[in-house]
Amino acid sequence: MTLDLLLTTLSAQLFTGLVLGTIYVLLALGLSLIFGLLTVVNFSHGSLYMLGAYLGFSVLSLTGNFWLALLAAPVMLAFLGLVVERSLIRPLYGRSIDDPLLLTFGLSLILIEAARLIWGKLGLTFDPPAALAGSVNLGFIYFPSYRLFVICVTAVVVIALALFLGRTDLGLIVRAGTRDPLMVRALGIDLNRVWLLVFGIGCGLAGLAGVLAAPMRGVYAEMGVTVIIESFVVVVVGGMGSLAGAVVAGLLMGEVVSLTTLVAPKMADIVVFIVMAVVLMVRPSGFFGEAGLME
Amino acid sequence: MVGSVAAWVRRRPVASFFAFFLIFPFLVPYKALATQVLIYGLFALGFNLLYGYAGLLSFGHAAYFGLGAYGTGVVLARLHWESVWASLAVGLALAAAGGALIGYFCLRRRGIYFAMLSLAFAQLLYFVGFQLTGLTGGDDGLRGIPVLAVGLGALSISLDSPITFYYFALAVVGVAVAGLKRILDSPFGAVLQAIRENSGRATACGYDINRVKLLSFVFSGAFAGLAGGLNALYLRIVPIDILYWTTSGQVVMMALLGGAGTFFGPFVGAGVFLILEDVLSLFTERWQLVIGAVFVAFVLFMPRGIWGTLLERLPVPRSEAKEE
Amino acid sequence: MKPTDRRSFMKGSAAVAAGLTFPGWGARVARAQAKDPIKVGFLTPLTGAYAAEAADQQTGATLAVEEINARGGLLGRKVDLLVRDDQLKPGVGAQKAKELIESEKVQFMAGGFSAAVQMAVNEQTKKAKVIYVSTGQSNEITAMPDWSPYTFHEAINPFISAHAAGTWAANNLGKRFYVLAADYAYGHQLLDGFTRVAKATGGTMVGSANHPIGTGDYSAFFPRIQAAKPEVLVLANFGKDQLNSVKQAHSFGLKQQMKVFCPILLGTMRREGGPDIFEGVYGSTTFYWELAEKLPSARRFVDAYQKRFTRLPFDYAGYAYSGVRLMLEAAERAKSLEPDKVAAALGGHAYEHYKGKQWIRKCDHQSFQDVYIIRSRTAKEQRGESGIFDIVARVEASESLERSCKDLGHA
Repeated sequence: MTLDLLLTTLSAQLFTGLVLGTIYVLLALGLSLIFGLLTVVNFSHGSLYMLGAYLGFSVLSLTGNFWLALLAAPVMLAFLGLVVERSLIRPLYGRSIDDPLLLTFGLSLILIEAARLIWGKLGLTFDPPAALAGSVNLGFIYFPSYRLFVICVTAVVVIALALFLGRTDLGLIVRAGTRDPLMVRALGIDLNRVWLLVFGIGCGLAGLAGVLAAPMRGVYAEMGVTVIIESFVVVVVGGMGSLAGAVVAGLLMGEVVSLTTLVAPKMADIVVFIVMAVVLMVRPSGFFGEAGLME
Repeated sequence: MVGSVAAWVRRRPVASFFAFFLIFPFLVPYKALATQVLIYGLFALGFNLLYGYAGLLSFGHAAYFGLGAYGTGVVLARLHWESVWASLAVGLALAAAGGALIGYFCLRRRGIYFAMLSLAFAQLLYFVGFQLTGLTGGDDGLRGIPVLAVGLGALSISLDSPITFYYFALAVVGVAVAGLKRILDSPFGAVLQAIRENSGRATACGYDINRVKLLSFVFSGAFAGLAGGLNALYLRIVPIDILYWTTSGQVVMMALLGGAGTFFGPFVGAGVFLILEDVLSLFTERWQLVIGAVFVAFVLFMPRGIWGTLLERLPVPRSEAKEE
Repeated sequence: MKPTDRRSFMKGSAAVAAGLTFPGWGARVARAQAKDPIKVGFLTPLTGAYAAEAADQQTGATLAVEEINARGGLLGRKVDLLVRDDQLKPGVGAQKAKELIESEKVQFMAGGFSAAVQMAVNEQTKKAKVIYVSTGQSNEITAMPDWSPYTFHEAINPFISAHAAGTWAANNLGKRFYVLAADYAYGHQLLDGFTRVAKATGGTMVGSANHPIGTGDYSAFFPRIQAAKPEVLVLANFGKDQLNSVKQAHSFGLKQQMKVFCPILLGTMRREGGPDIFEGVYGSTTFYWELAEKLPSARRFVDAYQKRFTRLPFDYAGYAYSGVRLMLEAAERAKSLEPDKVAAALGGHAYEHYKGKQWIRKCDHQSFQDVYIIRSRTAKEQRGESGIFDIVARVEASESLERSCKDLGHA
């Protein structure tokens, strides 16, 4: 390969890695939030992602408006998250840590089969809106506009979340609750509501990831199954409960997978685990995880 | 009446195990299902040793099940060994060695990080097994495991029929169960449970908890590997997904469903899971929905698992408060 | 649920209920009554990623059984189809096969979608000496050591697919190939086949890459594919993998620079993806319902299927239909249910069930059949929901497209 070609290929690969990373980031953020605050290992996160894609598709079919679907899916998933937290997760607080794990696993089975029941066995195709359907000439590659859009949306969401957590009172409570729930309660704050909110936000993020990914990857009932494990890996690498970690690890993993596909495609699936093992050996709690949390 | 049966079960777990499983094949729709329950029960038993007793949640237990299966399968199918016992021994040893090696690395971390590391190692094994198609058959699976007769001294027992295979498996699993009882009753077993309760105090008492944990990893791997070896003999194939995280997930579910940290929990969990799955799939394609709902219901209403909850409800004579 | 399946499910549930309530039930009393129904076990992945294709398999098999029952059954006895979900897992397939053989005492077995499941089932049936007709792609099932005198293969395999489709592609689409293959046996076998074809037709393999099965994002492969400047991009993968790679190749504009060719192009995936994504894509298939316009046997099958299930048959429905018919009619010809006699009646048998002439090669029990080259119709050209392909060419069935008996390990 000539140098010119190599640079072209490399830059193109880095760009696709960025897009891959953004989906990881959105999923890892939701997982990390839920995990960091509620110490709930949400195994149904992948199925929520899948539901986001399906619900987005339905809204698109009904209204013909992509932007509406983009907004509606996370909102509907957030709402579903509220219901799930209230009815299924809340009874489990104070119990052993595997209870939410087993419950959310069961929940994911239900959600996957429910999706098949409602939308049928054949997957669905989700078309990006006409405005985003073309490609943009980035010089080294013609890149689909839609993927650039995904990068932008994720960036906006991350900034919004950071602002919410860093600058608002509610955000402060959420962060405090992660560090010291007992103290926060002692200060008279109703943590139940906070947990409800956080679970809702986490699920909303999963739904957003799903509806964003749908035009790129299609919509089918099993789409969350592979994604869930990779998302957990990203969260662990970034550090459980750390949102900065989720962003950094998500983008990093996206690039790692993308570059591995260039160099050693067979290893693309396993490389995330290798990276995680290496990171954990060097930094016991991931990049930014807190020592003592979840141990 | 129930109380005295319960007391007897508590006092003689191994005998009760045999008593129940001797008649078990006649309680289920077909013999092969009973054998499957035994095999996965043993797998869950191995997992439960690590999780329920030592308090270490492993997300990668498929590694040992798979190592046992491939160990047994490869010596029979590729190396054409003639002894069933030797092949099971190889599977068990390979899995135990895997437990030692993987345990050594994973035990450096704790909690969820430990769990994810164990997952990573299992996935790595899956990847390796997938690529080594000459040895493992790759994604087509290892086929051609012969159905040999089992040698018992001068006797040679054919394993052809489902019922003889079942009783052979019962003998093997029964020995393992007896072995577990010995382990748990030993000083090692006591320290193990002490670590689960309060590892800080155990260390303060002077026990080398890392060594104990590593040893429990080895035992746990050995049990899971023996189950894997039996599985290879039973299915006469070793499918690659035996090493995939879904298998690890299955055994976690079975152990939790039955009741973590209880003696019979793993078998109860395996039995309920497998029989439910088998029966449901005859009635509906939506059986996964029902199983999911069952899990959710169990977690909400029977958090200690089926056997665990049963034990709680049964009257405990004051002299015997021991957890079974 | 279809009546036959409900019956078999009811039978299954009755058996389960009996088993759970009567401890002594396990000691089955052998009933040698000649008027008992004949049981055919059928395994297919009803749950999971290929549920739609499995439903097609189930309906195809059901049609075959119902047709024979309408004629008075097999040897005067009714045929029952016992469908089981193999979940696309070989371990489950083996377990269900055991149940069907040991508990239900099936006289015949058919089905299987993934190669691994077919071979797992085959391990059980060959030991029990039960005739098994497998209905999915698999290179190894007709080769030693997997093959047995009771193993039959109705579907074709990656080798045949690659040769039939690849030769046409080399002669019609372009001589410079890039193969993107799924990293498992199926993908490797297709890649191997295409490599041979390229050599044989004077073409060039400008490059190839493996992707792990279940890859969600193929964009990472495109830069180097574009750099290699192939004339034909061969997508040597299956089902959802293929759909995703076609979709993403489309959105990255690859089709402007090269032709996309899918050696095995499923109707279900084309329907799922839609005309825009698949525009300009060529592929091959062993059956497409519009064959009914040309072939009387196809007409008969399509009409019967449509009447029974109110939809048109796709790909795997044909395999399952033909496979089940194959076994049962062989038993009719042999006038016996004994596996050796049925197997003898099958070897060398020529037939035309639903798509033109097919025959079972004696040495390996492979069913040789025509392969059709298809082109995906554009949105404008598409006729209704199911008129999705144009049949562009027919690759006549020929044993030269497959490995020789000797190569497969047969004497």
